[in-house]
Amino acid sequence: MSAAEEAQTARSARNGWLLSAPALVVLTVAAAGPLLIVVVYSFLLPGKYGNVEWGFSLDGWRGILWSKDIFTDEYVLADAHLTIFWRSVKLSVLTTITTFLVGFPTAWFIATRPASQRALWLFLITIPFWTNLLIRTYAMNEVLRSEGLMNTVLMKLGLIGSPLQVMYTDIAVFIGMTYVYLPLMVLPLFAAIDRFDMRLLEAAYDLYASRMQVLRRVILPIVKPGIIAGSILVFVPSLGAYVTPRVLGGGKQMMIGNFIELQFGQGRNWPLGSALSMALLVVVMVALLIYVKYANREQGHG
Amino acid sequence: MAERGFQVARLPGFATTAVLVFIALYLPIFTLVAYSFNASQSVAVWGGFSFGWYEKAWANTQVKEATVRSLIIAVSASGIATTVAALAALGTTRRARFKGQTAIYVMINQPLMVPEIVTAVALLIFFAQIKVATGYQGLGYLILAHSAFCIPFAYLPIRARLEGMDLSLETAAADLYASSWQTFRHVTLPLLLPGIIAGAMLAFVISLDDVVITEFVKSGGQDTLPTYMLGQLRRQLTPEINAISTGLLALTVVLLTAFFLLTRKKE
Repeated sequence: MSAAEEAQTARSARNGWLLSAPALVVLTVAAAGPLLIVVVYSFLLPGKYGNVEWGFSLDGWRGILWSKDIFTDEYVLADAHLTIFWRSVKLSVLTTITTFLVGFPTAWFIATRPASQRALWLFLITIPFWTNLLIRTYAMNEVLRSEGLMNTVLMKLGLIGSPLQVMYTDIAVFIGMTYVYLPLMVLPLFAAIDRFDMRLLEAAYDLYASRMQVLRRVILPIVKPGIIAGSILVFVPSLGAYVTPRVLGGGKQMMIGNFIELQFGQGRNWPLGSALSMALLVVVMVALLIYVKYANREQGHG
Repeated sequence: MAERGFQVARLPGFATTAVLVFIALYLPIFTLVAYSFNASQSVAVWGGFSFGWYEKAWANTQVKEATVRSLIIAVSASGIATTVAALAALGTTRRARFKGQTAIYVMINQPLMVPEIVTAVALLIFFAQIKVATGYQGLGYLILAHSAFCIPFAYLPIRARLEGMDLSLETAAADLYASSWQTFRHVTLPLLLPGIIAGAMLAFVISLDDVVITEFVKSGGQDTLPTYMLGQLRRQLTPEINAISTGLLALTVVLLTAFFLLTRKKE
């Protein structure tokens, strides 16, 4: 490389940084930077009326799994916390699996439409994707509540005598999350299926594969990156969900997101809330790293 | 194969499932919209067609103020986010890969990766300190917070547009002795404009829809439309909430349709 070219490259890099700087400043101040403060707060003492007192303590982190017994001052495993974590993981996994089971046929359906119709079907999936999450959750409330659409229809059909109490249960939260996060599964699945070479199917059928074999041995392995992407996109927001469990789960069926909020509200335990947030962030980052690693490996093979 | 009526791409039950999914996706929304025209007090019993709840929502000063606040925040935040995202897109595309570029990508996409509740908590803590230190309680915090999480949404369409752009026009302009500013102003910017508008619209929709971060960052009396609705959902529900939702829905659908028409590939 000549000196002139080197200077050119250096100038180009400098301009790249300069042009990106305003965005980086905004993101540092109002997104990434404050995360570091949360790390600090997780190692402080809770203030009496919220906020924190300065003083190093591991109680925030310890409080994730253990709570102090009021009488003996000993640390015991906090069952209530474990219940909330278990519910969060269980509902997120169930949501991910269910969105895949119904999302895969949907994505396949869209990808196999004639080219002229495909954009319209895709648009129909995209509208809910961009629609206010709170509104969609509230719409689900319209369906699930005692006098809602579901119970009205079931009672008119004579299938049930009295309304089913679905609202404010784990089932309501699960149905709600499946409903609001479904587009996040369908879109990456569609992207993967859209690139799928349909001639492979002809080849498989010519070789006397059954439909089940074609699905399991040909289609699923090839669209696997889309399945992983969709699963991460659904699992991550499910695990951190706040609005859906609050609206459909009422106050009792808390998930991690609501539990974190509680620490900054009535709980008045900001260090515990901070530690919980960081723990959630770590879990999410691990999931994303697995995805990135997997995605890169797939590309390497391709 | 087609003559035998055997379609290779057909899988049993898939089409049925898909159609059911589309119905399930839209039925709740249609129910919500339908009940916004319900004359009855209750969200449960149908009492005939009426625009009453829209009039009621329109006359509700809390709703009106929340709407104005939502719009002020969305316009400011999408404006800021789109401006800085456009600059960042110009900085990170169409040049030789430079050191730290990956770090810039990670930083720009950071709001997409961190759970909203975590960012919300972080901003609550951070802004609480600043509020105490400066005494300023205004909408600035919300605008700043919204600007940050809107950046990736503004950035992606602009970058996509830049990457698909024909470099030869700019080279031609430079050949004709246009200064780099003239080239940018009269060639690059007009070509980039659809991407910028698309990015701004996505950022606007994202800002308008935000619940979690707003709920944590807002000071007292700073409800936006979504946080106002979230507060109402705890109380006795009337179809007024449906009317407000329908209004917000309609705005989103209009913006999205415009977005798709703008970014549609010309065939």
